[in-house]
Amino acid sequence: MTKSPEELYQERVQRVWDVVQLKTPDRVPVFGPYQLYPYTYGGVTLKEAMNDYAKAREACHKFVDEFQPDLDFGHILAYPAKPMEILGLKYLKWPGHGLDDHVIYQYVEDEYMTEAEYDEFIADPSDFMLTKWVPRTFSGLEAFSSFPTMRRMMWSGWMGLGAFASPEMRESFRIAIEAGQQVNEWFESIFQYNDEVKAKGFPTAWATFDWPPFDIIGDTLRGTRGILSDILRCPDKLLEALEIATRIFIEYGSAAAGAELPLCWIWMHKGTGKFMSPEQFETFYWPWLRKGMLALIDQGIIPMVYCEADVESRLESFADVPKGKVIYHVAQTDLVKAKAVLGDTACIMGNVPNIIMQTGTPDDVKEYCKWAIDVAGKDGGYIMDTAVMLDEAKPENLKAMIDFTKEYGVYR
Amino acid sequence: MKEKLINLIADKHEKEALELVEEMLAQGDDPQMVLDASREAMVIVGQRFEDETYFLPELVFTGETLRKIAEIVKPRLQEKAAVDQPLGKIVIGTVAGDIHDIGKDIVTFLLDVNNFDVHDLGIDVPAQKFIETIKDVKPEVVALSGFLTLAYDSMRNTVQAIQDAGVRDDVKIMIGGGQMDDKVSTYVGADAYGADATVAVKLAKAWIGGE
Repeated sequence: MTKSPEELYQERVQRVWDVVQLKTPDRVPVFGPYQLYPYTYGGVTLKEAMNDYAKAREACHKFVDEFQPDLDFGHILAYPAKPMEILGLKYLKWPGHGLDDHVIYQYVEDEYMTEAEYDEFIADPSDFMLTKWVPRTFSGLEAFSSFPTMRRMMWSGWMGLGAFASPEMRESFRIAIEAGQQVNEWFESIFQYNDEVKAKGFPTAWATFDWPPFDIIGDTLRGTRGILSDILRCPDKLLEALEIATRIFIEYGSAAAGAELPLCWIWMHKGTGKFMSPEQFETFYWPWLRKGMLALIDQGIIPMVYCEADVESRLESFADVPKGKVIYHVAQTDLVKAKAVLGDTACIMGNVPNIIMQTGTPDDVKEYCKWAIDVAGKDGGYIMDTAVMLDEAKPENLKAMIDFTKEYGVYR
Repeated sequence: MKEKLINLIADKHEKEALELVEEMLAQGDDPQMVLDASREAMVIVGQRFEDETYFLPELVFTGETLRKIAEIVKPRLQEKAAVDQPLGKIVIGTVAGDIHDIGKDIVTFLLDVNNFDVHDLGIDVPAQKFIETIKDVKPEVVALSGFLTLAYDSMRNTVQAIQDAGVRDDVKIMIGGGQMDDKVSTYVGADAYGADATVAVKLAKAWIGGE
């Protein structure tokens, strides 16, 4: 008997809850790996998807209909080009703005906060972001550098409101309003899509997104070189800033509270591989991320730590979380070791090498997936997915990953 | 004093190292000797990075110390002194479509302190630019960097273009970066994959015969 979309939806949601809670589900869940792939497959360029949301939705529908994954993603990774252009966003390059039409947007490394500005950030993060970071990173919002300081609005603070009257400030407000309208349109499209796929029986794999406290400071404020050097140059300031970043992390992640599948995707960048020593990781990275994750877990949220590189050296730390509450998405990591260290504590996801998806055969894919299920999926605790988000793949390889998991991944 | 300077830099005592540099120059020490000492210190840093007593923070930090010393010393150099004969020439760049530079810069830095003559073509480098530079500079090694999976095909196209231009046999090609591994190396037609910057130095030395 065919199952209704509602039944399929519930079944898929339950499957994910089971693996997160380290119970044995009916079978290994499989994610429909995203990024550029639905557009690549649907013959839509990323540039089109970033500009024409209907086209983006159409490509994602085609993808989910034809591949039938357990978890879908929607078009949220195709950022909206219009508001980015209106705002004059400087920290990314994207198709049509420095990159070809079908290339994922990429981050432009820079020091958007100097070492000397730690104190200012620590004293009043909101004011620093509004009057320094925002004008530096969005050319359309440069006038916000003279935004009146709200922390001293009491008594005669209103006398500083004259700054709002300048033509430059009016222009920045006009841009902010226009960009805001565009962002709303984009979100409407995203939630429309998520509702549509839910009606077809597919849950969305994210409820919100987040960044580890160290990466909040390191990616978009200090830059990679800046923050790595700060570890030695001004460790105390960095630790103070990390305390604030942890609060920001919790604010971001709390948006997942109450969702049917409250998955908070945490994009781990500088915590992987050999960026820093184990001692540095245990001082500047992990305790803050862990603290933030525990606060999310308290709200019933599932932290999904998305590691984009090898994390073998971090596995022991990763195991120090409450049992059955966290997913670690891994890449280029020894699954045998990961299962041995994390298997009793957390769910593992991913690690299918993207190069196999792109250049291998369906048999190569099946061979890897069989091994991954045998090793990482023993009695549950594993979600099938590629090592990193998918841009290119032979369709038959992706089909092989998903269909083989549905067949071989059944727990009897 | 030279030995002391080497240790101060390698042990991350930047403030004391800069003070000592000023002191040495004030008492008439050869600015070239100061630069040589800094370079020797960076070789020690490279070794500590290789044996994992140092990680990227130490590499970035001591790199900044080196830059600060060079800023003090360089205006006082009479003329560009004869440097050691480089071990060999290497052309490096992040392949077309990819704009990531951190990994490439670290590899460039370590190759440089290991006395290779490194020609860094930057990021998003078209295949044609690699070919022109290979013809112009005549390097023994070409190093392709890439962070994204899109770099698989970009690297493959670059290697193919180098082949088509008839200069593939003149160079050894190594790849490195985010999602690379030996499988990718085979796919793109490179000679080797390096998991980190120290492997890049080892590969270059093995190929060129520096050690």
